Amino acid sequence: MTLLFGWPMVSGILQAFGGPEGLTTANFTRMTQDPYFWSSVGNTLLLIVVMIPIQFVLALAMALLIRAKPRGASAYFYIWAIPLAVSDLAAGLVWLTVFTDRGYLNSLLASLGIDPVSWLAYDNYASMFGAVLIAEVWRATSLVFVIVVAGLQSIPKDYEEAAGVFGANSWNRLWHVTLPLLRPSLQTALILRTILAFQTFAVALALTGQNFPLVVGETYRWYTGLQDPNVASALALVVMAVSMVTAVGYLKLLRDQSEAPR
Amino acid sequence: MSDLAHNDVSRRALLKGGLMALATGPILAACGVNTSGSGGKGSVNFLSTQFSPVEERQKYEATLKKFSGDTSVAYNPVDTGVFNTTLKSQLSAGKVEVGMVGGLHGDLVPFASQLEDLSSLMNDLSSAGYSDDLKELAKLGTDVPRYIPWIQATYVLAINKKALEWLPSGADVNKLTYDQYLAWAEAAKAANGRPVFGIPAGPKGLHHRFYQGFLLPSFTGGQITTFRNADAVTAWTYMRDLWANTNPASTNYDFMQEPLGNGEVLVAWDHVARLITAVKDKPDDWQMVPAPSGPKGKGYLLIVGGMAVPQGSPEKDKAFELIRALSKPEAQIETLKSNAFFPVVKTNIGGDLPGGTALEAKAVKAQQEASDALLALPPVGLGDKDPQVSQLFKNCFQEICLNNADVKATLDRQGAELAKIMDTLNVPCWAPDPKATPCKVA
Repeated sequence: MTLLFGWPMVSGILQAFGGPEGLTTANFTRMTQDPYFWSSVGNTLLLIVVMIPIQFVLALAMALLIRAKPRGASAYFYIWAIPLAVSDLAAGLVWLTVFTDRGYLNSLLASLGIDPVSWLAYDNYASMFGAVLIAEVWRATSLVFVIVVAGLQSIPKDYEEAAGVFGANSWNRLWHVTLPLLRPSLQTALILRTILAFQTFAVALALTGQNFPLVVGETYRWYTGLQDPNVASALALVVMAVSMVTAVGYLKLLRDQSEAPR
Repeated sequence: MSDLAHNDVSRRALLKGGLMALATGPILAACGVNTSGSGGKGSVNFLSTQFSPVEERQKYEATLKKFSGDTSVAYNPVDTGVFNTTLKSQLSAGKVEVGMVGGLHGDLVPFASQLEDLSSLMNDLSSAGYSDDLKELAKLGTDVPRYIPWIQATYVLAINKKALEWLPSGADVNKLTYDQYLAWAEAAKAANGRPVFGIPAGPKGLHHRFYQGFLLPSFTGGQITTFRNADAVTAWTYMRDLWANTNPASTNYDFMQEPLGNGEVLVAWDHVARLITAVKDKPDDWQMVPAPSGPKGKGYLLIVGGMAVPQGSPEKDKAFELIRALSKPEAQIETLKSNAFFPVVKTNIGGDLPGGTALEAKAVKAQQEASDALLALPPVGLGDKDPQVSQLFKNCFQEICLNNADVKATLDRQGAELAKIMDTLNVPCWAPDPKATPCKVA
């Protein structure tokens, strides 16, 4: 098993530093000098910073709604989990039909007498970012949602009922009882979601092509389009390093203080 | 799910579904989902980088069926990346399953030494009338022919006749200069309230060919050696002005026939095969003309595709037969009619071409035969560095036109990258650069 995971990683690292004359850092220089590199880093970070909080608020709200057991709760669950089964590229293509110049959104605007907007034009950064954000929130919130639902199910109702007996209102119950007990699930979801967010690219590729580059998209472009596996590995290494740092950061940040040695 | 498993009807439905899946598997494979190149015993597996869009593929399969005689052919068009990996892995494993390959000159270059020597075939076809340029290219830098020329194409301008009213006075649309072209784009933008000229600058668009084969040769007389000289600065400054009058949605256009077809763009430059759908239905509404001329002449790019047989091909004889069949003038004309790629053999195209293709043929001829025509080739001999070199031209566009970076500084930076790549490759220059060994960025 170690070999299965370790070997590709080691060969990837070697490839990132590999060159025609032995080990070199030329691939990293090439990577950072590419006009798309820094914009792809910026876009990826911006997407993560804006997207993750939105996804967590949405997923929590949805999970709490499900827990309140409204009529048809299981139907809601299945519907909200549907995006889990949709591939990123397919999701991107679906949203492309919405946002493209002659897509559903512009048709709707036209029927309301409003001038259509080039949502995905390169010089319209805000709308391009918005489109990728909406598509990615739609596609990936369900993962957080499913984890949170599972976490909620493992919390005994007794705690909340006890809090209720002591007069805590629903906000206080959520803030002081449910969320702390949900911490492990949230931590898992946060790590998973952030790492996966670093890997976002098919949605952005389908929607905006090269106009909104993301780091993993660049890895793909260097590997298949530009036929340079070395620079592609260098990019992949960056993604791996950032993912690892983030995961460790989250684990430290969200460590349950009550369990810390006293 | 557990409910489903205990339900007899559902189990039957599941079984039925499974059987359906088993039955449709081979059908899907036959539809080309399979990219490994297998097409059943006895058939020639034809791996190609051309005609991959579904419609083009179907048309070419019909052409193959018509001319392949008794030989059955499994036509597998794939991306250049897949083409490279498939062929490379099969050749290095010593287990070649691909019967023959078809690709652009640049696609075949990396495999030059691993393709069959086609001297005998070239001798048989000596009466076909290949030009000396094509015969030389077919050697792929070795001593013997490694491929037989298959198709050729170029790029022209497609014009919706509506746009002609904004043509600058005194300009002949068939003999435009780049200055007139820009003035025309400005006038059309002013009249429409938005830019109506376009280039295929999308992720799969071929706009780099515009800089490599048209803009830069026309302004600098070269492609690589002149990459960062003063003339190139003039060319890219011109490009920035042209971009300011070009539909900004161009960065989403891969094929210009779509925006031309729906009226988003009225004048566009693109590959003939990527313009044909726009003009073929109502040829009377369209005009196709050669690309403009610059101070150094009318730079134009010639795209050549070839058919080759990898060493170790399991169907070598049949592949040779197929190449012979596809080199016949009738097959070549059929390819022109169906897929808008032009014949490489000497042939009389005749007057019965479909409207759109006739428009293209006229423009292609006018472009090739223009008195100031300056032939350019897509990069030759770069192997797997080819996409990176093309990317450097795209980077210039990205930096200069989209990011508004300084022209000279951008050319110096991208030129340094290009110089590095050319130094490691050590290959001779190709047209229009002077044929010097090795090719270097000045």
